[in-house]
Amino acid sequence: MATTTASPPKGGFGYRHPRARLAALLAAPMAWLVVVYLGSLAALFLTAFWTVDGFTGALVRTFTLENFVDVFTTPAYLQTMLRTLGIAISVTLLCLLIGVPVAFFMARVARPRWQPLLVALILTPLWASYLVKVYAWRAMLSPEQGVLAWFLAPLGLDSPGFGELSIIVTLTYLWLPYMILPVYAGFTRVPNSMLDASADLGAKGWRTFRSVIVPIIFPTMVAGSIFTFSLSLGDYITAQIVGGKVIMLGNVVQQNYVTNLPFAAAFATIPVIIVLLYLAAVRRTGALDNL
Amino acid sequence: MHTARLLKMMAVGGAAALVLAACGGGSDSGSGDSGGVPDVPTYQGPVGDGEGALNILAWPGYAENGSTDPSANWVGPFEEATGCKVNVKTFGTSDEAVKLMQGGGWDVVSASGDASLRLIYGGNVQPINMDLVPNYADIFPDLKMKSHNSVNGVAYGVPHGRGANLLVWNKEKVGETVDSWSVMFEPDSPAAGGVGPYDSPIYIADAAVYLMATQPELGIKDPYAIDQTQFDAAINLLKQQEPLVSEYWSDYLKQIDAVNAGTMTAATSWQVIVNGFDPATVGSVKAKEGATGWSDTWMIAKDTPNLNCAYKWLDWIASPEVNQQATAWFGEAPSNVKACDIDPEQCATYHANEPAYWENVYYWNTPTEVCLDGRTDVKCVPYSEWSKAWSELRS
Repeated sequence: MATTTASPPKGGFGYRHPRARLAALLAAPMAWLVVVYLGSLAALFLTAFWTVDGFTGALVRTFTLENFVDVFTTPAYLQTMLRTLGIAISVTLLCLLIGVPVAFFMARVARPRWQPLLVALILTPLWASYLVKVYAWRAMLSPEQGVLAWFLAPLGLDSPGFGELSIIVTLTYLWLPYMILPVYAGFTRVPNSMLDASADLGAKGWRTFRSVIVPIIFPTMVAGSIFTFSLSLGDYITAQIVGGKVIMLGNVVQQNYVTNLPFAAAFATIPVIIVLLYLAAVRRTGALDNL
Repeated sequence: MHTARLLKMMAVGGAAALVLAACGGGSDSGSGDSGGVPDVPTYQGPVGDGEGALNILAWPGYAENGSTDPSANWVGPFEEATGCKVNVKTFGTSDEAVKLMQGGGWDVVSASGDASLRLIYGGNVQPINMDLVPNYADIFPDLKMKSHNSVNGVAYGVPHGRGANLLVWNKEKVGETVDSWSVMFEPDSPAAGGVGPYDSPIYIADAAVYLMATQPELGIKDPYAIDQTQFDAAINLLKQQEPLVSEYWSDYLKQIDAVNAGTMTAATSWQVIVNGFDPATVGSVKAKEGATGWSDTWMIAKDTPNLNCAYKWLDWIASPEVNQQATAWFGEAPSNVKACDIDPEQCATYHANEPAYWENVYYWNTPTEVCLDGRTDVKCVPYSEWSKAWSELRS
């Protein structure tokens, strides 16, 4: 390199120009973030204010708020929004209910040499195709002939069939690893000295869990809930396969994006808004600062 | 703590979008005014040597090059015969086909009736000079110059194949013989809780077909040309149907699964799906009220740079041998009369030769504000409203 001969013995161009070094480091990720991520979001918002030709479905670039009015004044759409929100919250709560004890067991009860194996086992389902897993649940939940129906038959019960409940169960299964892994990482970070101190001060197991462990792992539970909540909010394939006639937000977008792209865009801003509100709420708890 | 900055950036992006949107107002108010057909010239010929390339947009199974199944290959021989290197893209719904054609880059498309008119009025396709397509002469007469493939007496494409949407039912749960859509619509149906309608706005036409028979006072003549009163009646019927439904289907594998599992006990279906069911347990019939159906058309893009190859393809796919092979592979009635000489059995299965069978089959069409049945005293409900109503119904 020609410049090195003329430069001081220590460091090169980047060393003497920290800003240039930073720019070089961040150019690619920033271009990605701005162009692809924010660019597509901007395009989404922009499209939401247009309309389509009623016949050919071609875009008509005239400003209108009609799409948003439609979204927020049609009872059927409001109902779908609430239903989706309910499903996302239920999935998140179920993931917490199942995920936290599992993560606790992995990090604090299981022998240390088993831990890597347990983590691998939790990760295994993530390697299988999403579609295969959802179709597997279709076979599990199918009324009369499904695996669940077969197990419940001796009790005089049948499978819940395809509907909200089956969507919740399937999504919980799909996103559970995203809850377990951060919470597990949180549990492993709890210092033994704190537990000892708690015990020395006379706290029993439950009290230690509530007053020492939970505050420490809370941010990781929040991190997990961001995954499970936002992934559930945007999902539409699960509803298509195991939802029966129940649909979610994403299905409305999917139904409309070819025939009425602006309406679909207006509808697609709702989950974005909900997730932003959720993030803002999470931020108020301070959980994000500790991540 | 970068979240705040990220949120701020997103807010700025959103504001910029708003400004852009406000500035963009007023430009280009759309090309497809439902009133007139864009004036696209017809190619006068002759069809010369191929340009060496052809981009085909097709339903799955319509343009096979042997990669799905070595025995299904009519694209390879076409390339050998004409020197046109073929690039095929498939689509899953008519809406998707229209979107892709509007984007450009495709030379020919196999459009169903609910897409073809949108392409014609949108100025995306060109009229076809049938003198340049010799095999057009052998197409069944009842497929030519229909309202979905011609406008004002000008043909816009070559018919490919057709089928009717059938009623299938579970014999054990619904009964040995069924001949009416009533099992899918009436609250006292033995199939209640197991009804499986097709999940697309075009299914509103199925409700209209049923109303043609059950409520003649509504005066529906064409299920794709319904005014607001008739449309509302159809939507009400679909709302009445909703509690009976187990699943709406658009993925045909899902339907096969549900019918075989016995959870879907009465549903709309296609001949190609029915062929896979056990006739002892699953019945199928074209219901007495009539049925919706499809008739596909090969069309040529307006600004295609590969016009010679496009015309060669239209003639190739309409030839008796290729038409027979392609429609048999997909599972539908061929459009070429002579295809029936090659495989009479296929023509019998799919009723290709029976004009009476098709009389009360209403091919998918694009509903427009100007009524397709010729009424001028009322406005009909356009497809965009169908799409909106369906989306609401399903929410």
